[in-house]
Amino acid sequence: MSIKLNVNGRAVAAKSEPDTPLLWVIRDELGLTGTKFGCGAALCGACTVHVNGQPVRSCQTPVESVAGKKIATVESLSRNNTHPLQKAWIKHDVPQCGYCQSGQLMSAAALLAKNKNPSDADIDQAMSGNLCRCGTYPRIKAAIKDAAASLRNA
Amino acid sequence: MSTLETSRRDFLKTSTLATGGLIMGFALPGAKVEAQAAGTVYTPNAWVHIADNNTITLISARSEMGQGVYTSMPMLIAEELNVDIQQIKVAIAPPAAVYVNALLGAQITGGSTSVRDGWEKLRVGGAQVREMLISAAADKWKVDRSTLRAENGMVLGPKGRRASYGSLAAAAAKLPVPEKVALKDPKDFKIVGQRVKRLDTPAKVNGTAEFGIDVKLPGMVYASIEQCPVIGGKVTSFDAAKAKGMPGVLDVVQVNDGVAVVASSYWQAQKARKALSVQWDEGPSAALDHHKVLAGTRAAADSGKVLPIGKPVGNVAEAMKGAAKVVKAEYISPMQAHAALEPMNFTAHYKNGKILLVGPTQFQQGAHGTVAGVLGIKPEDVTLKTTFLGGGFGRRLELDFIVQAAQISKAVGRPVKLLWSREDDMTHDFYRPLGLNQVQAGLDAQGMPVALQFKVTSQSVTQRAFGLPKDTLDPFMAEAAVAAYEIPNTQHDLVIHDSGMRVGYWRAVSHNMNAFANESFMDELALAAGKDPYAYRMALLKNKPRFANVLKLAAEKAGWGQPLPAGRARGIALMEGYDTYMAQVAEVSVKDGQVTVHRVTVAADLGRMVNPDTVEAQIQSSIAFGMSSALMQEITLDKGRVLQTNYNNYPVVRMHESPNTDIVLVESTEKPGGIGEPATALVVPAIANAVAAATGKRVRKLPLTPEAIRQA
Repeated sequence: MSIKLNVNGRAVAAKSEPDTPLLWVIRDELGLTGTKFGCGAALCGACTVHVNGQPVRSCQTPVESVAGKKIATVESLSRNNTHPLQKAWIKHDVPQCGYCQSGQLMSAAALLAKNKNPSDADIDQAMSGNLCRCGTYPRIKAAIKDAAASLRNA
Repeated sequence: MSTLETSRRDFLKTSTLATGGLIMGFALPGAKVEAQAAGTVYTPNAWVHIADNNTITLISARSEMGQGVYTSMPMLIAEELNVDIQQIKVAIAPPAAVYVNALLGAQITGGSTSVRDGWEKLRVGGAQVREMLISAAADKWKVDRSTLRAENGMVLGPKGRRASYGSLAAAAAKLPVPEKVALKDPKDFKIVGQRVKRLDTPAKVNGTAEFGIDVKLPGMVYASIEQCPVIGGKVTSFDAAKAKGMPGVLDVVQVNDGVAVVASSYWQAQKARKALSVQWDEGPSAALDHHKVLAGTRAAADSGKVLPIGKPVGNVAEAMKGAAKVVKAEYISPMQAHAALEPMNFTAHYKNGKILLVGPTQFQQGAHGTVAGVLGIKPEDVTLKTTFLGGGFGRRLELDFIVQAAQISKAVGRPVKLLWSREDDMTHDFYRPLGLNQVQAGLDAQGMPVALQFKVTSQSVTQRAFGLPKDTLDPFMAEAAVAAYEIPNTQHDLVIHDSGMRVGYWRAVSHNMNAFANESFMDELALAAGKDPYAYRMALLKNKPRFANVLKLAAEKAGWGQPLPAGRARGIALMEGYDTYMAQVAEVSVKDGQVTVHRVTVAADLGRMVNPDTVEAQIQSSIAFGMSSALMQEITLDKGRVLQTNYNNYPVVRMHESPNTDIVLVESTEKPGGIGEPATALVVPAIANAVAAATGKRVRKLPLTPEAIRQA
């Protein structure tokens, strides 16, 4: 028995038990380790991925609940750091330890997909579910604005 | 502070050498040729690897946990080696004597020491290899070496002769390492002092950076460990029948700290672990709670052995008697967890009396020696590789999870990745100890202090971690105890109390409790004197120019004394820590007890800086870390069980709570100071003073929760 998913544009058949959180299917079965485990309770956002374009906490998403859906992980932004958010993250040297940044990037990508000119309040709203223990928030905010500007000018 | 620095250094040096025998003494192979896909690699010294295809790898002997050493350590080497910092590769050093941190006496990343320890050593390391490459070229071309120079990865000679470092590496690596080398005048630095882009950022924005949790070894299986809910408790018996029947479970094994379920995936191991039935001997901490920790600490403050911090100045008792007014206060800093975002984990592969350990650690030397000792194998049969750390903050100085992974792998005879849950991490930390600070001052008729008596009572991490003898001053409890202020009669004392908690070093360590007490108290004295807190401090810094300078810069930048929107107030604080002089101004508002921090202004003089952008990042980081500590975090216990389990009941500052920061860095030619920690400690009293200014009420026990503020 397997569960069919589309992960980063690729059709995959997950063999994990149906109640396995999507996080562990992505990491341990598919080997996409960019998505991180932080809390296991949808409190920190380190495991954020997109399901049909919406940001979800994959640690609280049983794989059976996303059968047939499109999953996007941090690896889908680009492998060579050409995505506007990746470029902005590099420009502002956002990451410190870096552990939360995959989740931060995926929450930011979901925000910019629907709002290319986010206000500070919009950014706070979209990003407040993503913890950064290193406190990179000021740089995340600046990088999101930078990426948004480059998307508007694209 | 220099005497404390010296005693801290000497203590750790002697204790690790004497007790652990931890120095392994195996350096990287000198000039050994390794065939690799990247070319044939030569190692002229421990800091520089050069492949014949011109790939240059510089070694960071410190773990990258966010603080930027993956970039700053190579910058120091590259400055003298004369290579493009953006073209080199970086490797984290294995355990070896050559990589010992001289400021801590062991191969440790911590204490904001990386740049201070590496400042000269790494530049010498780069210069040695530069000179060896020049000598190799001189031999090859049969010319006087004084006619040659090294630039941007090439040795250049007369008549347009040039040779890449890679082409010279084999010959250079055979030469003796020069003992004396000339270092650049700092005014000629091309890399050090520049805002160099972090070398780890590209891998950290596309998911390729390897953290401990990402390690994969061939045939690797996964473990989840059930530990006693009371730290220190032991297994008396367990029933694994049900767990063993669950999908993917390969084995259930008992190790020193608990019972581990080993399965084909982490989720299977974690799920089956919940089906375990374990009986515990909960041990002596089973009756502990946070009320008892505080009560015991307070009793010790009254009756425990008093250890002087430095020498008393003048005669405090006499001066107190003659004072026009005496002010007393008691401050409490709660126990706190590190809560690094990457839960504790390590990967181990034990086979035929040898073990490979891969994962995130701040203490390579300890991991190496301790695992060898616990498994009863030779140190040279332990191989340790360090990944990126998903946060450290002191938690990854501890070795518990590494020993667990090693024991589990040995028990099952396979490569095993042990991963803790967030709940495991929160409830089995080595907690920041409770701090109780009692301070008293005598003021003259003008309200200026003529006498200060300071006593801190807390628990010694160093006794637990390094076997510091009882009744000995623990320098990691006395940091920032003696403040800058010029007061004619002062006495500072320490009382060490073992509360029964398992305690650990926590970002900024005792600067936290001592700066909170000293800087809150300074505001209380200013209030008692009817004076402005900034002017009051300035009046006590007449012969302390570095302190006075940062205080002035922070006040000016923050607009100290200028009008604020209704409901807002400022608080100021000043401290030296890790050879860094710093002042902060916090601007807050308080509504129904809920504190909003709008802006934090920081002025820092940390001497010479390696990468000012990283310095700013560390200050921003510390402000968020210290703000969480000031406003939100407290570890409490019931029947020996830690009650905080996850980020819902142990909160961390989030984006919408994060303040704006204004940072002023002083250009300085003083020796470098550390910057990973001091702002963490100092933002706490800056906020506390702003809250007191906003509300007119002084809260002397952290955290400044809405409840605490409403009840004040």
